[in-house]
Amino acid sequence: MDQTVSIEKPPARLGSRIHGGLLALVLLLVFNALVTPNFLQLQTLFVNISQVATIAIVAMGMTLVIATGGIDLSVGAVMALAGALAPLIFLSEFGVAYPALGVAVAFILPLIVAGFCGLFNGAMVAVLGIQPIIATLILFISGRGIAQVLTNGNLQTFSNPAFSYLGTGKILGLPFQGWLALAIACVLFLTITRTTWGRYLLAVGGNERAAFLSGGPVRRVKIGAYVICAVLSGLAGLIVVAINSASDAARNGNLMELDAIAAAVVGGALLQGGRAPIFGAILGAIIIQLVKYTLLANGVEDEVALIAKALIIVAAVWIQQRRKA
Amino acid sequence: MLLSMTGIEKSFGGVPALRGAGIEIAPGEVHALIGQNGAGKSTLIKILTGVYRRDGGEISFAGHPSEVLSPREAQEAGIATIYQELNLVPLRSVTENVVMGYEPKAFGMLINWREAHRRTREILARFDIDIDVTAPLGSFSTAIQQLVAIARAVSLDAQMVIMDEPTSSLDAKEVEILFGVIRELKSQGVAVLYVSHFLDELFEICDRVTVMRDGQTITTRQLSETTKLDMIADMLGRNPDEVAAEGMTEFGGAAAKRGPVRLHAEGVATGPRLKRFDLTLHEGEIVGLGGLLGSGRTEAARALFGVDATQSGSIEIEGAPIRLEGPAEAISAGMGFLAEDRKAEGIIPDMSVRENLTLALLPKLASGGQIDFGREREIVERFIRTLGIKTADMDQPIRELSGGNQQKVLLARWLATEPEILILDEPTRGVDVGAKREIQAFVRDYVKKGFSVVLISSEFEEIVEGADRIIVMHEGRSVGELTNPGVTENMLVSALAQHGEGGAEWTRQ
Repeated sequence: MDQTVSIEKPPARLGSRIHGGLLALVLLLVFNALVTPNFLQLQTLFVNISQVATIAIVAMGMTLVIATGGIDLSVGAVMALAGALAPLIFLSEFGVAYPALGVAVAFILPLIVAGFCGLFNGAMVAVLGIQPIIATLILFISGRGIAQVLTNGNLQTFSNPAFSYLGTGKILGLPFQGWLALAIACVLFLTITRTTWGRYLLAVGGNERAAFLSGGPVRRVKIGAYVICAVLSGLAGLIVVAINSASDAARNGNLMELDAIAAAVVGGALLQGGRAPIFGAILGAIIIQLVKYTLLANGVEDEVALIAKALIIVAAVWIQQRRKA
Repeated sequence: MLLSMTGIEKSFGGVPALRGAGIEIAPGEVHALIGQNGAGKSTLIKILTGVYRRDGGEISFAGHPSEVLSPREAQEAGIATIYQELNLVPLRSVTENVVMGYEPKAFGMLINWREAHRRTREILARFDIDIDVTAPLGSFSTAIQQLVAIARAVSLDAQMVIMDEPTSSLDAKEVEILFGVIRELKSQGVAVLYVSHFLDELFEICDRVTVMRDGQTITTRQLSETTKLDMIADMLGRNPDEVAAEGMTEFGGAAAKRGPVRLHAEGVATGPRLKRFDLTLHEGEIVGLGGLLGSGRTEAARALFGVDATQSGSIEIEGAPIRLEGPAEAISAGMGFLAEDRKAEGIIPDMSVRENLTLALLPKLASGGQIDFGREREIVERFIRTLGIKTADMDQPIRELSGGNQQKVLLARWLATEPEILILDEPTRGVDVGAKREIQAFVRDYVKKGFSVVLISSEFEEIVEGADRIIVMHEGRSVGELTNPGVTENMLVSALAQHGEGGAEWTRQ
């Protein structure tokens, strides 16, 4: 989706951008259908949806941050932090004594903590004027550290069906988190296209000086983007924990920042800001996930999959640069 | 002649920047190049140094036709440039900066640092500069950094050094040091092309001056046979016959009757560029800020709009003192500010005409954070029609519009908010003649409705004919006031020149 809210007539550029992504998707699907064993199974679809949902949710938040001209490296660490907190809460004395309340707090409190992480990032960038890469590097390093300290570095396993619904529940036969991602996308899309906040978001990314001189609340908009990104990361962290019925602070969300940035860029986000293609981010997430799946299902090493991911980012950025020129 | 450029032509996207411009410089001569902003000085220099390719004309340097294609080639040919923004690396040592790209090598690949330091000390000694060459360049004053840049240029056997506004960040003592270096260069037979807005300096250091205007070279004079008034007149291209031939602007000053006071500013200061600014603005009045570049016009506008924090002084709107913390507050206090730099501070290039036009109006277009698209389209349609904005449709990206139409969209951005006080900083810069007249007419209509305008323009014609009153500005101070009808450009020019000659305020203190 493009930044212009054209209801009647989408600009021509929109077409080519999405077509490139869709083409890649179709190619991946055809390739898998022909080559990968058991690809055309419902089970494969479920696995991929439940995997892609976390990437998509984080990538959408990342898209907002990138739209302001920033970047958020701390998303994986925030996932680990939120994911570590939830089991601590519902496994605590309080959580065991009041199971319903415990699960509710285990959902809400980690998201609030994640929100504060975003507030920290946003304040560093928008108030202190620190470069986004450096500002978010702080939590990138320390966030996971805090999560590991909280859990003493242990793997927390649990059995809590109510909480696990987040990762294993199904609606109309499809994984719950897939629906959740879709719902978030719709809300964000409407926010970007229909609200003043969304308009200011794109204006700040497009020309910060001009947005400021036109009365745009530049700081609030930027901080808002980082907060939303962090809350969505926290949610993704909870989903991962729910899927596994275990929280591993060392692995939860590891390298997620790369997946999310890649998905956002493949989806059409411009790194210099000014564009927030939310559904593009989902498409990007699907492509990233499918590439990963394709390689793994065909017996390629995990490490090689990383190289493939890097190549996708390079290709997407290269295409962006060519478009600009 | 060391350098001779004749008949140089250059246009950008069909807009001519240079039309038959030229300059001639003798060896060992210090030659000044002056002109208003946009006169074509930097374009001419960039063609000489290979940054731009010329469309036509001849250049010969040191007796050969010159075909430099890059700044590096220009440097090798003996033309060195000291830019306004020094292109040195402050965190690296003085030596590294001086020998960068030409490091003495040991064993063919390693840098021979001992030799490099020795050579740097030797080069600097020629200008009586004795500093620790191993210290980071950034630890020295701007003047020293500038001298290092010059030393670097000379070490590359430059026959000509181009200095673009070399004194703009120097204090009086440092200027003297720089002039000493220039005299040293001169005695070594090196020519200097000296670009500056500070006219008094030229008399002190330059031999001849070439004046540019509208992409053309107007005249070259001996400085010993010219006066500052001559130079200003040449720069502005103002003599009575020409004004009569060109006709009037769409403005017609002093038509309005003065209403009650709307805005009053007294003793406003924001820093070294704005030291003391007074302004009284009535309802239905256009007040112009007259002055040369660097006189604090734009800074005054930024202070009024709350962009720069005021250090002292007071601003009152409708009699009530007000302290604005940023543009958002200024807008809700009923102000608008069309910024000078359309690209950097005005348009959001990838956004549509519609989104650009309603950017400042956005808070009023929304309820509960939701944009009212119906009203938005209605307002945009109305402004596209009344301002005659040429656009395929309102969803076309603004970057695809011509400069004049972009400027109309930005003007509409502010008119749409119906500000009681509209500050216009160079509202017609870089737009074609047609759009210029239209914009002037809109502004006049707006004021007729009882709104007030503060007008800043480098074009004296626009200020003199457009404003009901003109505040004369100098070195960050408002120093006088002229009231229409009856103000002529010559009156404004001499008001400016007086302050230069008399109070020595034009020189750098």
